[in-house]
Amino acid sequence: FPGLADVSISQDIPVEGEITVPVGSHSPDEDYSTLDEPVKDTIMRDLKAVGKKFVHVMYPKKSSALLRDWDLWGPLVLCVSLALMLQGGSADSKDDGGPQFAEVFVIIWFGAVVITLNSKLLGGTISFFQSLCVLGYCVMPLTVAMLVCRLVLLAGAGTISFIIRLIVVGAMFGWSTLASTAFLADSQPPNRKALVVYPIFLFYFVISWMILTFTPQ
Amino acid sequence: MATADDLKFQEFDDAANLLAANPDATTISIDEPVEIPKNQHSRLQEPGREEDDELLGTDDSDKTELLAGQKKSAPFWTFEYYQTFFDVDTYQVLDRIKGSVFPVPGKNFVRLYIRSNPDLYGPFWICATLVFTIAVSGNLSNFFIHLGKPTYHYVPEFRKVSIAATTIYAYAWLVPLALWGFLMWRNSKVMNIVSYSFLEIVCVYGYSLFIYIPTAMLWIIPQKVVRWVLVVFSLCLSGSVLVMTFWPAVRDDNRRIAVATVATILLLHALLAVGCLAYFFDAPELDIPAPIIPVHNSTNKV
Repeated sequence: FPGLADVSISQDIPVEGEITVPVGSHSPDEDYSTLDEPVKDTIMRDLKAVGKKFVHVMYPKKSSALLRDWDLWGPLVLCVSLALMLQGGSADSKDDGGPQFAEVFVIIWFGAVVITLNSKLLGGTISFFQSLCVLGYCVMPLTVAMLVCRLVLLAGAGTISFIIRLIVVGAMFGWSTLASTAFLADSQPPNRKALVVYPIFLFYFVISWMILTFTPQ
Repeated sequence: MATADDLKFQEFDDAANLLAANPDATTISIDEPVEIPKNQHSRLQEPGREEDDELLGTDDSDKTELLAGQKKSAPFWTFEYYQTFFDVDTYQVLDRIKGSVFPVPGKNFVRLYIRSNPDLYGPFWICATLVFTIAVSGNLSNFFIHLGKPTYHYVPEFRKVSIAATTIYAYAWLVPLALWGFLMWRNSKVMNIVSYSFLEIVCVYGYSLFIYIPTAMLWIIPQKVVRWVLVVFSLCLSGSVLVMTFWPAVRDDNRRIAVATVATILLLHALLAVGCLAYFFDAPELDIPAPIIPVHNSTNKV
């Protein structure tokens, strides 16, 4: 190779460093490491992840923790508790009562799926389950609102309690919509953002309406 | 005979010099794509297309045929196929909604706004919004009408949401299907200039339902006269959009069939509005107090 004869390393430039060969990180011991740990550690790890996501919804900054490691435990817990709390409103034989447990469940999950499909069809880059995760976690302010409503209704069902409930539900509705928009809007093409945000608005509006019109029997 | 010099490339003089030599010569100036003033608010520029199509009216079927051929090339079991039905931007959806609320007389909604890019976003979400608007407004209106009565206990009437959803989605999807089938059948008998694809018909129907959303919100007002005025008004607006869309498609047919088709379209539309009003909204003057049955003892009083 005649061309390489010109290549030389000048004596001024010290060549130093470390050459390490990365040891295969999957030694047989490490593969089973999570299997050997106590069950408490496994559960606590998942619980911490879920808890961290709840905190992220409370203070929505544009962090991607919610998006990267999605899980559906939080949405399931929120959905079940919301549906349970919406029970007891005219649950007797009369037809015109509030939503049944299955109806709330279906509305939340089917609504979240439809919104996710909508955003993907419009050209969004978010994955299916990430979007479900975000939408489910952002139901949390509304679940809190439901709790507050039930407590307020224990005190009475007059006009003042209605106004309090209206303010609380309205504020939580705004919080939910803003939180989910903060997480989801970035993954959309810029000239279609409104098309994606509107269904999210409708979704949380319907849930808020169910919460606000809850009347115990 | 051309000399070698004549065939050599010759630099063009400056345009001004040339024009000075020959002032009456015709000139062409090629500028940047002209921005049409009325479209300056749009984020995406479609410089010449909108004007051309407006002028062409119903005769641009050639162009739309070509454009339609370029679009849906993905097989129907892939996700990309369905993405072609959502290929709209925010301003396009808003334009289509505006076109359905303010129908321009003589202009065809499909040709003017849809132009071989039918979308499913508008019909689907307008129907969803309409379902919930009717259910919520009906609930609110009943609440205000019966407010103050001692025997009235507020119920959220959640059943009605599913009934509203079934009705409205069935109307917005089955009636276009029937109409499309009918038009296809007539097309095989009579050569029509204008024919619509199934999705374009669904699009027109979906967007024409938009006017019912503010109408449903205004139906909360518990006055019979106001409600019926609203029904007639919204029926006129959305009915005219439908009529102006479908009249060109059937007018070449047998006169009676054409009139019957358009009449049926309007009738079904009116039926939807009146049916929703009657079912979801209690009549305001139905102020029946709890019936007081005359006690039999009073007849025995002497």
